[in-house]
Amino acid sequence: MSQDTATYDAAAEFQDRASISQKAQALLHKYPWLSSTMVLVVASIIFSFFNENFLTPSNFSLILQQVAIVGAVAAGQTLIILTAGIDLSCGAIAVFSSMTMAKLVQGTPGEGEPVGIAIWLAFPAGLLVGMLGGAINGFLVTKVKLPPFIVTLGTFNVFLALTLTLTKGTVPSIEMDPFLLTLGHYVNLGPFRVTTGVLFMFAMYMVLAFVLRYTSWGRHVYAVGDDIDAARLAGISVNRVLMSVYMVAGLTFALAAWIVIGRVTVASPNTGGDLNLDAITAVVIGGTSLFGGRGTIFGSLIGAIIVGVFRNGLTLAGVDLYYQLLAIGLLIIFAVSVDQWIRKARK
Amino acid sequence: MSKKPILQAVGLTKSYGRVVALDGSDLELFPGEVLAVVGDNGAGKSTMIKCLSGAEVADEGQIIVDGQQVSFKRPQDGRHAGIETVYQTLAVAPALDIASNLFLGREMRKKGPLGSVFRMIDSSGMRKAAKEHIAALGIGTIQNITQAVETLSGGQRQAVAVARAAAFGQKVIILDEPTAALGVRESRQVLKLIESLRDRGMPVILISHNMPQVFEVADRIQVQRLGKRAAVVTPKSHSMNDVVAIMTGAMTVDKKDQALTSVR
Ligand SMILES: Nc1ncnc2c1ncn2[C@@H]1O[C@H](COP(=O)(O)OP(=O)(O)OP(=O)(O)O)[C@@H](O)[C@H]1O
Ligand SMILES: [Mg+2]
Repeated sequence: MSQDTATYDAAAEFQDRASISQKAQALLHKYPWLSSTMVLVVASIIFSFFNENFLTPSNFSLILQQVAIVGAVAAGQTLIILTAGIDLSCGAIAVFSSMTMAKLVQGTPGEGEPVGIAIWLAFPAGLLVGMLGGAINGFLVTKVKLPPFIVTLGTFNVFLALTLTLTKGTVPSIEMDPFLLTLGHYVNLGPFRVTTGVLFMFAMYMVLAFVLRYTSWGRHVYAVGDDIDAARLAGISVNRVLMSVYMVAGLTFALAAWIVIGRVTVASPNTGGDLNLDAITAVVIGGTSLFGGRGTIFGSLIGAIIVGVFRNGLTLAGVDLYYQLLAIGLLIIFAVSVDQWIRKARK
Repeated sequence: MSKKPILQAVGLTKSYGRVVALDGSDLELFPGEVLAVVGDNGAGKSTMIKCLSGAEVADEGQIIVDGQQVSFKRPQDGRHAGIETVYQTLAVAPALDIASNLFLGREMRKKGPLGSVFRMIDSSGMRKAAKEHIAALGIGTIQNITQAVETLSGGQRQAVAVARAAAFGQKVIILDEPTAALGVRESRQVLKLIESLRDRGMPVILISHNMPQVFEVADRIQVQRLGKRAAVVTPKSHSMNDVVAIMTGAMTVDKKDQALTSVR
């Protein structure tokens, strides 16, 4: 027994001798969201020096509203990236879902009065389209065994084409169904004034965080992204997990589409252009590893807010749009470098 | 003695493209015995146990568990049949902690509606049980059950994989080179574990290149050569040199001199 204790002490001492950088590495390794949270705090403090309006409830409410859509898409994207996949079609799925909902409600204008279908049919149909889009991606990844990058690059174009075919290039901008506009309403929360879309996005994060952390499915998502062969040998139905991840992600993209409609009050085929890359940016800045198995869902929320804070803060500081792009680009490279550095420590 | 095998393979064949990894190999595992499988690198040992556990599907041949022919398609199938395996590659998820790895694929649920309705897993229960399983193995250098497996040494990882198999094995435990990365003390622990499993009546298949260890714990030794079963001998009937000679093809053993039935 005393000998065992001696071994432990020696081991503890051995660990104490680790350098500061090794300790930092270990800490970031354990809490992948830590570096992004630090970036958020530091950036907010710096921006507040340049413009006194930056650190105000009304400005933060504005940032949150700008972030809601990307944040919601990033939530689904996180699931996919955790499995070591990627979805380049997320924005296209979101737009296609929103167009489906809008078109079904509105009906096809042309001869006579357009006849739309009831919202309680159109809305689920839109969500179903999102899940179906995810299912197509999942099928191609698991059954046809194509790399997710290629699959979703292809389906991105397919969903975009379908959207344009559906709208024939026009924007259905007539008055939308009130239910579809639900997420555009404002609510006051103390000094903050945000849209219900922001709250809805937060709720999505809560649900996904719960599922990832407290259910077997969540563990299996991490395990599959961590080491797919080990997961399979451990008795996990790897393909079923991947398929469900792509479908749940598709659903979150469709729900993000609902926020889109509430925000812009029209369903436009052009809203989703930057959404694909913005969502991936948020996930990566949030500390989730592109190699899978490592990261947290709340990290992506922080990542999305960081992007919003940088855009807003730099604008308020009077920085040119070009330099804003530059800043976001550097941020991405920084985030991926940190991830590589952390991973190297453990190989 | 006319015991029936608890696990039996007949004429297992498996090719990877042009490579014939397994060429009509047989195997019988009898109740309560430790069967060692030895052979040169590439002799097809790992391929055979992968077919037995469901990790691979054999091209030809039968697998019989308890007298019933089975067709394992996935690792889950072997697990459900009570066959638990430590693979040579260990099959642990590096970023997950020790407890999560032990229960990977069969997580404990919380009791009551939290578990049945919200499907919440019982993390603290699993941690507690994992601690007990690791302690039962007597590998004391693992201090923290919530440590990520990738922060463990190779030997400690192997210990986690062995603990997982020992904890869940119902009918058969298969160990593919479980002591390859272990130190002297830890190897002893695993050998002791194998012996205690046998004392509990649990049959074990042990793949190893370590002849002294094999001769210490095995009841029978199956020698694989070029994807086939070359011979089955016992530590009493043959010496280590004999076994090496059989492995390399320098020696053959007559069927009647082999230990093809249970010796326990
Ligand atoms: N997944 C695979 N793809 C292609 N060939 C394989 C695969 N797995 C095994 N092989 C081949 O099958 C043969 C048998 O391999 P196996 O791993 O069963 O040998 P082994 O007896 O376990 O060897 P070792 O003692 O080195 O572990 C080898 O020639 C190997 O190259
Ligand atoms: Mg092997």
